[in-house]
Amino acid sequence: MLIKFNLNGQDVEVETPPARRAVDLLREELNLTGTKEGCGAGECGACTIIVDGTTKLACLLLAAQLEGCRVTTIEGLEHENELTPLQEAFIAGGAIQCGFCTPGMVLTAQALLAKTPLPTEAEIRSAISGNLCRCTGYQKIVESIRLAAHRRAGELQ
Amino acid sequence: MTSTSEIFPIGKAAPRADARAKVTGTEKYAADYYAADQLWAGIKRAGMAHARLLEINLDKARELAGVVAVLTHKDVQGSNRQGVARKDQPVLVDDKIRHAGDAIALVVAENRALLKKALELITFTCEPLPEIFTMAAALAEGAPLLHADHPDGNILLQGRLETGQGAAALKECAIVIESSFALARQEHAYLETECGFAIYQDHKLEIAASTQTPFRDRAEIAEALGLEVENVRVIAPYCGGAFGGKDGITVQTLLGLAALNAPGRAIKMWWEREESFNFGAKRHRAELHYQLGCDRDGTFKALSVEVDFDTGPYDHLGGVVLALGLEHAGGPYRIPHTQIQGRAIYTNNPIGGAFRGFGVPQVAAAMEQMVDMAAVRTGLSPLAIRLKNGVKRGDRNPLGVTLQTSTGLLDCLRQIEQDPLRHEAEKWKAQAPPGKLRGVGIAAVMHGMGYGPTVPDTAHAKLALSREGRFKIYCGVVDMGQGNATTYQQIAGDLLNQDFAHLELILPDTDQTLPSGSSSASRTTYTFGNALIGACEILKKRVCERAADSLMVEDWQEFTLLPGRLRHLPTGREIPLQRLAALLSPDERVVSNRYRAPVNRDQPTANPGLKLHGIPHLIFSYGVHLAAVEIDKLSGNVAVKKYLAVTDCGNLINPQLFEQQMQGGIAQGIGYSLYEDLKVTKGVVQTSNFATYIIPSALDLPEMICKALAQPESSGPFGLKGVGEIAIDAPLPTIANAVSDACGVRCREFPLTAERLLRALKKEEDNAHKI
Repeated sequence: MLIKFNLNGQDVEVETPPARRAVDLLREELNLTGTKEGCGAGECGACTIIVDGTTKLACLLLAAQLEGCRVTTIEGLEHENELTPLQEAFIAGGAIQCGFCTPGMVLTAQALLAKTPLPTEAEIRSAISGNLCRCTGYQKIVESIRLAAHRRAGELQ
Repeated sequence: MTSTSEIFPIGKAAPRADARAKVTGTEKYAADYYAADQLWAGIKRAGMAHARLLEINLDKARELAGVVAVLTHKDVQGSNRQGVARKDQPVLVDDKIRHAGDAIALVVAENRALLKKALELITFTCEPLPEIFTMAAALAEGAPLLHADHPDGNILLQGRLETGQGAAALKECAIVIESSFALARQEHAYLETECGFAIYQDHKLEIAASTQTPFRDRAEIAEALGLEVENVRVIAPYCGGAFGGKDGITVQTLLGLAALNAPGRAIKMWWEREESFNFGAKRHRAELHYQLGCDRDGTFKALSVEVDFDTGPYDHLGGVVLALGLEHAGGPYRIPHTQIQGRAIYTNNPIGGAFRGFGVPQVAAAMEQMVDMAAVRTGLSPLAIRLKNGVKRGDRNPLGVTLQTSTGLLDCLRQIEQDPLRHEAEKWKAQAPPGKLRGVGIAAVMHGMGYGPTVPDTAHAKLALSREGRFKIYCGVVDMGQGNATTYQQIAGDLLNQDFAHLELILPDTDQTLPSGSSSASRTTYTFGNALIGACEILKKRVCERAADSLMVEDWQEFTLLPGRLRHLPTGREIPLQRLAALLSPDERVVSNRYRAPVNRDQPTANPGLKLHGIPHLIFSYGVHLAAVEIDKLSGNVAVKKYLAVTDCGNLINPQLFEQQMQGGIAQGIGYSLYEDLKVTKGVVQTSNFATYIIPSALDLPEMICKALAQPESSGPFGLKGVGEIAIDAPLPTIANAVSDACGVRCREFPLTAERLLRALKKEEDNAHKI
């Protein structure tokens, strides 16, 4: 079927079998390999994308479910070579090791900060608890999210 | 903001070279290789643990439209064997099935749906063989042999090391502590499962794989498939995690075989999570028996250790795991009389292989609990007994090996002793709320670096000045996430005075970079870093000499390198590197330098097997960890509330990368301590997803304070020594000791699940009532 949706700010139309997983559509058809697959069962969070403002797992979504939605993948955060404060904080804060969880982690944090601009540490940990990371022990990820939140809050004031 | 126009000196937390690509999703991992007309390859697994393969029925799969190739061992032109030390694993089963994951057939199909269907259509017949699921069964008289050609039967490797009067000295000891321990298998659980992408064209097989060992893979692939080494190219992008699980062949040979049988077509293989859980290598299950003898004043006298590792059906790196386990079994202590023996035992269970720590987490788990038990018996504090017996430079370790290099254990202990967290934790203990028990524990560990005395621990650094005037660092060793590639960039940047914009990393590729060994054994930065330092010096001199010629200056040392340019200091004249590069031929712009790590000349054993597998090491890192835990009396659940680690890691090149290694290792260690348990029934993994095999989430981990002793190791690059593994050695005994401090109970089986601890608490309570 032909599905139409907004992908990272651009309207796209793709011909795809409706039962195809969204993660496969993104990775194989649209070359957006920043959306990672770590388990294929909704347990690791590596394939997190933002659909209409809410985080979703692309391994559990069918392509047809994207019809008419606004979809943000990790590739959609950078604008004209400018990273988001969150991405900058992940780099500066040492939140990245192997990096395979990073896209999902950043998008989950992005969605958190959109709803809760200045989250507590407990709120951050709770928000990212569905995104598994095997390298970092999460500490620098949590610190980086907090850093980004505070920077953003500073800018707003 | 990230800056590429900054020179990051040694000791500064340079941001990772790969960070921007990883945070924007553009970094291309092996899993991210696709081609328009690519095929998919997959494996028909045995699904049973021990049998003789009789016949494989492939017709139905072959008849399926869209199936390109269905292959068995008959299609393998080479040795059909793979393995690191002992090549005992078939690429495709040609005789015996030895574990549920053994590959029976390989299918190549146009898409994943067809692949799945074709795999289901393959059937085979076999004659069941008696199965071996415990180490005791493997060693029993008349036990069926997994490898009839192996001279030691079901024992892959065994070793016995003795110093002084050995175990006999236990009789002379005023106090003897005796205990047994059992430790579960641990899953690596890297987020990027085993994967690769291959193509065979123009007589060349090219494979991009998620691997720690591209050069060794190349040799193994060539031998197993009957190819010339120069006709195989292995490319190793950044791994999405590895931790030892990609130290050795995963998809490579099968993917190579698939490509050979579908020439000109790109082929992808990517194991599903369940496949990774079921068939990838694991941290060995271990059973240990310890006796520690000491004087009444707590001075260690004698130690007897027996340790068995369940290595599964194939060598993988089980021999090395055993050897490191034996070498570290007595911990970082002076013990004059020791007898340390162990075996790596073949079974029909999942493969035991390399995993960060390589046998040390298992023995440290036992030894450090023994030390705490000895502390209780002698009335010393856990710190005091370790300070009393801990090694310093010049001492002999429990193998009788003289410690000749930096040995910072006592300083780590003193730093823990003085740390405010320790004092606070003691106060915190006293404030336990109702229903909770609180305790504080410590553990001390050491970890050997490198390959040991027999296998050359060598790296070849290649460095080039590009025509554009930038320095290209050809990394011979994989960056599996630990950030070593960035460290190489930082080393070259410091020595060549270049910012990151003028430094380029070429990731491991057997056609471009030079053989530099595996990304393992805590040796990655030490060995390649030392090679790179030499390469920088050679190229710097060459570039400056050419500049001196161009200005007719006598002494090349009148020049200094600056980002993208050279400056003649006496006159201030500058030459852009791009212009200088034009004066040099391509051959002149490339240099390489070899470095081989020093080895320990001490001879604790004449056993060539143990020497080959790494005994003894020369350089060790040391660490002391402290944990404060809270036990919920109702559920038995243990929460780690505070964590401190002090590590003798040599000098730091990049403090942020050091902290990352520490925190990540501790996190894996906390999982290993409390809940990670790969359950296996009749050779089949029962916990094959993240719902049943629990790894720590962000809610499960405490703040981890990681301090570096930062005393230089003189042979290391800028005084560094390896720390990739040591952080995972200590958490289990640290937490077990804290739990024991909290409730007086000591479990002998790990992980320390709530269920296990609750049962132990209950038993303790019942015993108290009886009395």
